[in-house]
Amino acid sequence: MDHGAGMPLDSRVFEAMKPYFLEDYGNPSSSHSFGNSARNAIAASREKVTQLVAAEKPLEVIFTSGGTESNNLAIKGVAYRNREKGNHIITTAIEHISVINICKFLQKQGFEVSYVPVDKQGVVDLEKLEAAINDKTILISVMYANGEIGTIQPIREIGKVAHENQVIFHVDAVAAAGKGPINVKEENIDLLSISSNDMYGPKGVGALYIKKGTKVQPIIQGGGQERGLRSGTENVPSIVGMGKAAEIAKRGMEAEGERLTRLRDKLIKGVLDKIDYSFLNGHPTERLPDNANLRFSYIEGESLILGLDMLGVQVSSGSACTSKTLEPSHVLLAIGLAHEEAHGSLVFTMGKQNSEEDVDYVLEVLPDVVKRLRALSPLTPKEIVR
Amino acid sequence: MYSEKVMDHFMHPRNVGEIPDADGVGTVGNPVCGDLMTMYIKVKDDKLADIKFKTFGCGAAIATSSMTTELAIGKTLEEAMKITRADVAKNLGGLPPIKMHCSNLAADALHEAIKNYQKKKEAKK
Repeated sequence: MDHGAGMPLDSRVFEAMKPYFLEDYGNPSSSHSFGNSARNAIAASREKVTQLVAAEKPLEVIFTSGGTESNNLAIKGVAYRNREKGNHIITTAIEHISVINICKFLQKQGFEVSYVPVDKQGVVDLEKLEAAINDKTILISVMYANGEIGTIQPIREIGKVAHENQVIFHVDAVAAAGKGPINVKEENIDLLSISSNDMYGPKGVGALYIKKGTKVQPIIQGGGQERGLRSGTENVPSIVGMGKAAEIAKRGMEAEGERLTRLRDKLIKGVLDKIDYSFLNGHPTERLPDNANLRFSYIEGESLILGLDMLGVQVSSGSACTSKTLEPSHVLLAIGLAHEEAHGSLVFTMGKQNSEEDVDYVLEVLPDVVKRLRALSPLTPKEIVR
Repeated sequence: MYSEKVMDHFMHPRNVGEIPDADGVGTVGNPVCGDLMTMYIKVKDDKLADIKFKTFGCGAAIATSSMTTELAIGKTLEEAMKITRADVAKNLGGLPPIKMHCSNLAADALHEAIKNYQKKKEAKK
């Protein structure tokens, strides 16, 4: 139940990609028929991604190497291109590490960045966001949904605030795309980052939606592919794969979203009912259909992961002990958790491979894993170890 | 990530618990950092007759606690004071580098418990 960390490639996606390795290996920039074939394949993919996010025109979709590059192109591209207008960027305290590190990088170059706080459920404080806008503000960047705590942001309202103040609005939708309907026009979005491997597509490919008329400076210079915004020979098989993944996601979105929401809610309710001193992190309803982030007092997340792994259940944690930096997740700290609370969090991200039996199995084994670790912990109050 | 020995001690930790009338108690770590362990010792004829532990922390923290108690039981206090973090890691078939410092605190907890016992003994004199 760790789809957030890595999703399998859909076999239909793999089949769609296959011909573009050995047969249709042409360069889309070539004028001959091989080039034509590759060019057409990319155009078809672009159309599918356009439909996934309900963009107006395919030319508004630029293929990149993934979510991180899309975020780089969006944020740096807007910052560099609009520097004469201002040097102020607004983002939030719970963004993906790529957005946070891009902002830190820009701060070193003289840009000012405001990190707007979120409430206990991880929802961006709209009033504080609006109050942060000044006459130097050129960009607001807010994630569609948080992949760790699952909370979905009021994107439409934030976009409205941005546009009322003539500020460009970027949305990192890597964790959300393919899981629920996104409509860039209705939701007032100017730039939207998505990645392929978060919707059963291949790794190493993503896209950035750039609304027509939005001024963005390319960050990769070269032969001028992707309307000059992303030079470098196109990764044709992966782009084809992403298109197929987008098509499958859009077609199955409603049914799969409902199915996952049901599993998610059963898991959350079951855990909270069965295990004392367990809590849900993130918003109870405004959350990704596949995400359940649960917190258990008195124990540490990595030992929970190991305990569950031995029983065949794979999950993630926001604990410092599972990170390379030895710091707990910045998202959990931003929603107001103390370090010791953040350590005891588990992230379940479900997907196509998960069934109701999986949820039942977790509900059967997790209470004992928690109980065993609590019995080992010096922090556990005596009265709750039975 | 972890050796079989670490997983064995994590899944089946030895000497878990508390000793209500312990001769010495040592606690190291901090829940803020993600690791906290307490060792309880019983001393007889200058030897460690019994050891129990309680640990909040990752798999490595739990396994090193368990291994430390196994290495130390029956040893003289002087011998037990010589058990190092490296000895514990070696007996577990090694630990991931990132875990060597943050979670390998059990030997320190044992030494604290022995010092606590010695201090109490001094005070009685």
